[in-house]
Amino acid sequence: MSDGEEAKEKRPSKIARTGSFVDDRLGLARVARTTLRKVFPDHWSFLLGEVALYSFVVLLLTGTYLTFFFKPSQAETTYEGSYEALRGVEMTRAYRSAVELSFDVRAGLVMRQMHHWAAVVFVAAMVVHLARVFFTGAFRRPRELNWIVGVTLLLLGIGNGFTGYSLLDDQLSGTGLRIAYSIVLSIPVVGTWITSLLFGGEFPGPDIIERFFVLHILVVPALIIGLLVLHLAMVVHQKHTQFRGPGRREDNVVGERIWPTYAVKASGLFFLTTGVLAALGGLAQINPIWIYGPFEPSEVSAASQPDWYVGWLEGALRAMPAWEVRAFGYELPNPFFAGVLLPGLTFGLLYAWPFLEARLTKDRDEHHLLDRPRDRPLRTALGVATLAFYAVLFLAGGSDVLSTEFGLSVNKVIWSIRISLFVVPIVAGLVAHRLCHDLASRDAEPPDDPSEPPSGGHSTDPASAAEEPEHDEGIQPISWPPPVTVSRTGHPPAHPLGS
Amino acid sequence: MTPEPGRHARPSSRQAYLAIVAALSLSICAGLGLAVVYATGGQAQLEGVLLSVSLLGIGVGLVIWAQRFLPDDEAEEARKPLGSAPEDVAAFTAELERGEEAIGSRRLLVGLIMGGLGALGLALVFPIRSLGPRPGRGLFTTGMAPGRRLVTAEKEPVRPEDIPIDGVLTVWPEGHEDEADSSTLLIRVEDESLFTEPARLEWTVGPVVAYSKLCTHTGCPVGLYQAEEHLLLCPCHQSTFEVLAGARPVFGPATRALPQLPLGVDDEGFLVATGDFEGPVSAGFWDRDR
Repeated sequence: MSDGEEAKEKRPSKIARTGSFVDDRLGLARVARTTLRKVFPDHWSFLLGEVALYSFVVLLLTGTYLTFFFKPSQAETTYEGSYEALRGVEMTRAYRSAVELSFDVRAGLVMRQMHHWAAVVFVAAMVVHLARVFFTGAFRRPRELNWIVGVTLLLLGIGNGFTGYSLLDDQLSGTGLRIAYSIVLSIPVVGTWITSLLFGGEFPGPDIIERFFVLHILVVPALIIGLLVLHLAMVVHQKHTQFRGPGRREDNVVGERIWPTYAVKASGLFFLTTGVLAALGGLAQINPIWIYGPFEPSEVSAASQPDWYVGWLEGALRAMPAWEVRAFGYELPNPFFAGVLLPGLTFGLLYAWPFLEARLTKDRDEHHLLDRPRDRPLRTALGVATLAFYAVLFLAGGSDVLSTEFGLSVNKVIWSIRISLFVVPIVAGLVAHRLCHDLASRDAEPPDDPSEPPSGGHSTDPASAAEEPEHDEGIQPISWPPPVTVSRTGHPPAHPLGS
Repeated sequence: MTPEPGRHARPSSRQAYLAIVAALSLSICAGLGLAVVYATGGQAQLEGVLLSVSLLGIGVGLVIWAQRFLPDDEAEEARKPLGSAPEDVAAFTAELERGEEAIGSRRLLVGLIMGGLGALGLALVFPIRSLGPRPGRGLFTTGMAPGRRLVTAEKEPVRPEDIPIDGVLTVWPEGHEDEADSSTLLIRVEDESLFTEPARLEWTVGPVVAYSKLCTHTGCPVGLYQAEEHLLLCPCHQSTFEVLAGARPVFGPATRALPQLPLGVDDEGFLVATGDFEGPVSAGFWDRDR
């Protein structure tokens, strides 16, 4: 044994030998060590972006597999595969290969369903991550550029989801394409040109599947990868934000080092994410295109719903009153408002928000400490109201389903939605604002001390005090001052978004 | 949150260790099981479950490992100011400006370079132009033409009496069955006296009227007919059209009536189009009225 130990001391370890081989050629030891020792603040909400990243990895892996079997062609063919119900049916090679890879390629169906589920989760994780960044103020200086990159990633993610499910050329995706065509057609002046160039002619056009395929598997993924690298590089360079806490200041970052704990945890999260996606892909049917049948332009099924991340647009198209603008012999068709203007405004405001907020608050300082949502009641209320607005639009996207479920006429459902679009965000925003104030003023109260005389209004009943979770052993009562003192005693708001 | 000495020797660490062993063992079994399932022909649900278990096993193992056995002491790192030192910025700007002056002093050459790049940019527009035809009159016309018979999906011509009362039939102009913009709805009502303005009575054949099947909102096929109320419904965005009154929109986002098709009957008694639709079919666009 002692011989072996001696030998071990003399001979450098395997890692060290490989390391010095690489370092002799690239000289990276210093940088690599800094990377290993990097500190990452620990909070569950910082994992949301990671879930999006890991879903994207699953998308790349499963997607690559699918390209080996999918044939992006609109050439007509007749199905002769193992799915009885479609045998002898005329269809495009795109649809046929999608059905074949679902039934006749081993593991094909699991791969296809994992791919679709990963897309659903990818966009969902991005949206929740964006909400986290918004509500905690992580977009403020110096991170405005990374916010812009992030919003672009969301846009690309939604776009690639749409091009993805449009490729299969089933009845549902064809209907979606038809609507997308009409939306683009509604753009003033250039709409007819863009559709003609994009589709290669009038709908359905001879080329759209091939073109969407190139966009879906090459152009957009390349952009996403580039921006993802940029997104992460900026996080590494600027260092992650952190919540307030003992020892956490604007000029430091407190947390775990990357190596080994954080790296192992992150790898664990990768496997957990992929594991959940695999379970969904195997057990939860998604987009059963063989039921929808091949696309037939003159047919459509009731209850045609897109993937969830397009639901708000579908809802906006449905809830929009029958307005159009006609002047000087020209026309601004109805789908323009819901299909072009609304998403334009949505993403325009998202891109502009860090700069708008800085202008409103006159706060142009660097921030590395995060806000808790309650500390910025107005921002939180605005965010909640916005989310509520899109949630109502999302519901509107299923207006036909709602009307069957609740036994109401479609007219009543649409009118309820039109009214809700104004009422629900306002109510949700007010409730959020109120909650923020209540939570913040509860924080502002001094920790309950039995020796203190009871103060007016606030219950000092020892029984109710004992229920307060703050008294759990090991967790300090909030010992840091909130950035903006919001109390019922009425401090003037130091911050327009703090009131 | 401060690290306590001896934290890693918690009494439950043995259980945690066993949990990791179990998770990783399960993962190995699931991975081998997946290989077996795959080799023996595959089964989608089983593949998904086994793949999931093999991945989740590794994930759970790694997470418990990190939580319980890897150092969790808090580290601190200083944040250096992000902006560069003013002298660095000044030096960089000076460097850039020096180069710019050297280049910019030859104004004619700079102008020519810009001209060259501009011409190149202009030339690069033309490959884009190759992507599709100029949007011409195609959006204004369909396969309908005077005397062209209307045929079903089975390419059978149709007599007015073939359509049941309160019935709907989708037809295309003969020989143009593949044109997506030509699909047409033939609707037969109980009696022709029910038709009112703005329906063009001279374009109906008795109780049979024809409208474009494509919704004027986003072009979905208007597939649902409620015979009692004589309403056509678009399943996509619930636009509703009143069949007796020229298919004018009565609910939903559609702003225009479904264009009516002038109908006639040929020598053999089959329904024909006597012209194209009264206006462009399907969704609206900028110069639709031109």
